[in-house]
Amino acid sequence: MESFFSRFKNSLVLVALLLIQTIGLAVQVRRPVVPPLGSGPATTSSLGAPETPDVTVARSWIVAVLSPAERAVHGTSTFLRSTWFNYLDLRGARRQNLDLRHQLDALRLQQAAIAEDALEGLRLQSLLAFQQHYVSGTVAAQVIGTSGTDLSRVLYLDKGSADGLKPDMAVITPDGIVGKIREVFPQTAPHVAQLLLINDQTSGAGVLLEKTRVRAVLRGTTAGYLQISNLTPDDRIKPGEQVLTSGGDGIFPRGLPVGMIEAVAPDPDHQPYTAIRIRSAANLTRLEEVLIITGTENSLPPASLHALARGAAATAEARAAAQKAAADRAAALEASKEEAARSAAEVVADRLPGLHDPDESVEDREARVKAAADAAAHPKTAGGTVPHPLPTVHADRYSPGTTPPASTLTPGASHTIETAPATNEEAPQARRTPSPAPRSTSPNSDATPPQL
Amino acid sequence: MLTPGYTTRRELEEHSFSPVATLLVPLVAILLQVLLTKTFPQLFLLDLPLLVTVFFAVSRRSPIAGAVTGMIIGLLEDLVSGQPLGINSLSKTLIGYIAASIGLQIDVEAITTRVVMIFLFSMMNSLFLYLIVRRLLGLETHQLLWRHELLRAAVNTAVAIPLFFALDRSKRRQ
Repeated sequence: MESFFSRFKNSLVLVALLLIQTIGLAVQVRRPVVPPLGSGPATTSSLGAPETPDVTVARSWIVAVLSPAERAVHGTSTFLRSTWFNYLDLRGARRQNLDLRHQLDALRLQQAAIAEDALEGLRLQSLLAFQQHYVSGTVAAQVIGTSGTDLSRVLYLDKGSADGLKPDMAVITPDGIVGKIREVFPQTAPHVAQLLLINDQTSGAGVLLEKTRVRAVLRGTTAGYLQISNLTPDDRIKPGEQVLTSGGDGIFPRGLPVGMIEAVAPDPDHQPYTAIRIRSAANLTRLEEVLIITGTENSLPPASLHALARGAAATAEARAAAQKAAADRAAALEASKEEAARSAAEVVADRLPGLHDPDESVEDREARVKAAADAAAHPKTAGGTVPHPLPTVHADRYSPGTTPPASTLTPGASHTIETAPATNEEAPQARRTPSPAPRSTSPNSDATPPQL
Repeated sequence: MLTPGYTTRRELEEHSFSPVATLLVPLVAILLQVLLTKTFPQLFLLDLPLLVTVFFAVSRRSPIAGAVTGMIIGLLEDLVSGQPLGINSLSKTLIGYIAASIGLQIDVEAITTRVVMIFLFSMMNSLFLYLIVRRLLGLETHQLLWRHELLRAAVNTAVAIPLFFALDRSKRRQ
């Protein structure tokens, strides 16, 4: 017996080690137990199973050993980078400042534009007793380390239980959601928290497709991308559609950006479902700073309401100014039309020699033209009676009454009409305006239509 | 003057390490792994704890020591990564045992041997992890991407050669 153990000592030790670890692994990944009500979130492994206190203590100790070094390295690199970027490498800062100011102005305009809609939405929500959760408190944290392996997508943050962080708190960036707090270490490392990224294969979130309003469950994959795999084929779901949080998971508030649909394809492993691949809105591989949502409330925070009210007031002011400007523009347009019409009337009056009185003063002529325009614009009779023509100042062959009646004319006989000689003032205008052709004396001249 | 009388290859090339090196090298490897992957996400391909496990195992040439070393380093990795304890430790226990057993049979000091050895151990580690996650834990979504694993093995091999030369300085001949 002794020779057997000495001969197979190595193999026996190996088998014993493997057996112990396998049993330990089996104990850890057993079916998750629902914690009793009111006990708070239980500490779980990345597979979702509750951990024994010994494992939790062991994890907190290794975090306590490694986190000071991680913080030191992170602090040193942050110091070096801030020294470089804040003091040495300031090229283009002025230009960037200007661009940001322009961007801020544009965003203010956008905010003013949507403020009224937002207030209206709030009023409607209150009418419907709709329970909306708004982010009321956040804690900013920096990433100081990773899990070191691509089997689990876990990050370590430089804020922990001492900063008010608890497991299952949502973690976001301005671009979109990032993940949730998985573990804090109040005893050994109160300023360190473990963040489970949304693209971990054991992670998930309730989401809503923005256009189609379809609800779904988002999950991470082993390759590190996000996927929806609980939807059957739907022609309305297309790449490019935005994905938002639905708020149904109880972790992420509703309406936060998650990402954009990148590809829709049949899921070969789970027919008839589709595999909808999502491109994350936040850059999950290059996270530096994140926000942990520490509190939500059912109404908007006072600061946000104040901002909305200011935006709405700005919108009203802008709208009134725009209306005034439009009215001014319309009045100016009307005036210019009147001016143009008057000018045209004057030009026509100047070009028609019979309608122009050389002895008439400029004031009288303007008054007469204006009176004619008013009479044309506002006829006194409803039926639109044709007004009597103004008396002719210098009669010519075109003046009414100068043409002899047809009964006095003899067919084939010559007939001349005396015309008034042109005055000195009318001569230049006559040169500018083609004068009517003299009536022909031929027998057929009456049948010739005038050439305009 | 007395000279040591070596009778076997194991006695001839068995090395030991100072307690400081034994404790610090795995910790520094894990710390570097955590920090490097934060700054350079592509370095998730690199597995420094695996390289340290193989180095200690082939240098000590004791299968039990190799298995225990692999188990401890794997457990530390599991503790940091938030995974259930046992995933990496099971894999590295096997790797440490096999590496030490191979170290008894062949010359592992030559560069060519090291290149082939590290490449194969890296592929073997990926296979063990796949079997553990897929079979023991029942995660059906876990997949083994062969091209990815080949790239990982190549990166590990490229890093292991200079790393092993640096770690050779911490050896003490018994």
